[in-house]
Amino acid sequence: MLTIAGRKFRSRLFGGTGKFSSPEVMKEALAASGCEMVTVALRRVDLNNPVDDIMRVLDRDRYLLLPNTSGARDASEAIRLARLARASGGGEWLKLEVTPDPRTLLPDAIETLKATEELVREGFKVLPYINADPILALRLQDAGAVAVMPLGSPIGTNQGVLTRFQIEIIIAQAQVPVIVDAGLGAPSHVAEAMEMGADAVLVNTAIAVAGDPVRMARAFALAVEAGRIAYEAGLGAVRKDASPSSPEDGLGFLR
Amino acid sequence: MFMIPEFSALQAAISSATEAEVLWALSSDRPSLAGLAALLSPVAEPHLAAMAKRSAAITSKRFGRTMQMYAPVYLSSFCVNRCAYCGFSAGNTIDRRVLTFAEAESEAMLLRQRGFSHLLLVSGEAPAKVGVDYLEELTLRLRDRFAALSIEVQPLATEEYARLFRAGITSVAVYQETYDREVYKQVHLAGRKADFDYRLETPARIAAAGMREVGIGALLGLADWRAEGLALGLHLAWLRKHYWRTGITVSFPRLCPAEGAFKPLLPVSERNLSQMIFALRIFDPDLGLYLSTREEARYRDGMIGLGPNRYSAGSCTAPGGYGRPNPGGEQFEVGDSRSLAEVSAAIQAKGFDPVRKDWDAVFQAQGDRQQAAWMIHES
Repeated sequence: MLTIAGRKFRSRLFGGTGKFSSPEVMKEALAASGCEMVTVALRRVDLNNPVDDIMRVLDRDRYLLLPNTSGARDASEAIRLARLARASGGGEWLKLEVTPDPRTLLPDAIETLKATEELVREGFKVLPYINADPILALRLQDAGAVAVMPLGSPIGTNQGVLTRFQIEIIIAQAQVPVIVDAGLGAPSHVAEAMEMGADAVLVNTAIAVAGDPVRMARAFALAVEAGRIAYEAGLGAVRKDASPSSPEDGLGFLR
Repeated sequence: MFMIPEFSALQAAISSATEAEVLWALSSDRPSLAGLAALLSPVAEPHLAAMAKRSAAITSKRFGRTMQMYAPVYLSSFCVNRCAYCGFSAGNTIDRRVLTFAEAESEAMLLRQRGFSHLLLVSGEAPAKVGVDYLEELTLRLRDRFAALSIEVQPLATEEYARLFRAGITSVAVYQETYDREVYKQVHLAGRKADFDYRLETPARIAAAGMREVGIGALLGLADWRAEGLALGLHLAWLRKHYWRTGITVSFPRLCPAEGAFKPLLPVSERNLSQMIFALRIFDPDLGLYLSTREEARYRDGMIGLGPNRYSAGSCTAPGGYGRPNPGGEQFEVGDSRSLAEVSAAIQAKGFDPVRKDWDAVFQAQGDRQQAAWMIHES
């Protein structure tokens, strides 16, 4: 069973709360995914507001809340958000995201390390989101991070595990759990990450924007399980959009 | 410094585009500026549905099934400029007013009660009425109660933007109105705004001051919209290159009848507007794209999910108009007068989530006051 910072998780799939078409769809999809840890953007929710659209449907007994610092551009912003989250009852678990470039949302290694050092001192359980940099993963582990979250490919790209070579090194070297995060666009991608030996994966967008998010959540859950079993058993697409069928598809509202 | 080519050169680039370039731009992950020119060209018009589909796919991938909601608060209708198209133009005889801080706060709080937490503070360009001191004080009064505060006011100096950033403004919009120098001269008859280049350099000053986001745009109906679209592409590509930490948004204000009864010089149809929106979305997937209540409800409903990711609702474009409806003296007449609840229902009906909060007041605590706020939390 997966253990992070002394806490056990039956599911190796972690979820998120962004980009769903409604809080109700989110709730159902999270339930179907079987996940037990859910990341939530501090910029998006009011943690201590019981009628906040996301918080009101998230069962805190069922899910461990993993607040994230999405939007933070440097260490000081991330630290400020983390403190605010804890003061608002968000707990000690924190997905640290420091992304100064609003286009790619690629993480800043230097600021992430600085913030990790400080937040660990302050008692947070820090799970830093990083580029798939093996040395950085080790530095963060030494700084006290309870897991590392390397990206499979840039967030939102659905390109799968493009950083495969680097992630293999991280998995081989790290003593803390490795959670592959970002860019996982299809169940086959997470199966690949799990077959490689990742301890867990985090999937949000691919479930949230699926045609049927609830069924897609189930598909990801099955893929995570299949990949893990294959790993334990000892195992060794860029897409373009098709042209529309009719030249005026979907534009009937134009006057 | 950002330099804009002659408008005629932009038009030439667009008119030389071929259908093959359109198809290539539609299938490429990051079209070049030549690709953008092709997507804006008449040759692309038969491919509008394919552009819509590609734009929708990119928007969904980048922003999910969400729409960020905001509302404008008009602070003042005083203006030193004479702009032929604008209801606030100094030459117009309208009942002008500037809100006191108490009035502005009460307008903001009305919007908060209606469910908004993103506000756009707007004023005519009259620094003596609404200057940096006014904006700074109002921002400090509002910032803890809202998730994000933006401004759309007269161009300012870099240090002034930095002051407002420290006070709690995170995003600034300054539209060039038109990138055609000749037309710019014709419609900006007097005032500081008559200086084309000072205005053109403003987005760079905003970014240099540390703002999270800068908004650019052209007023559609003044000059050739296709060339405006290409100019916007050039401007944002330049900003991306020089200010990589700054988010960029584009608005598409289409001219409608104002108090001065200005008729658009070159009318832009809904089909044209849609082509421009799709082209820019395909050119730069990360852009924030606004579609305001200038446009009719039918059109805005149709565009949900196809490209724009920020909608206003229930907007009033006259100072004090939320507390005292129908005051007269609007900047422009809205085309979609539905409430936030009604627009949200339309967005949900399309399977999208109208997001009222996507930032947090904690992001606005950039200045000295942030220390004070944290000392309270930590004690």
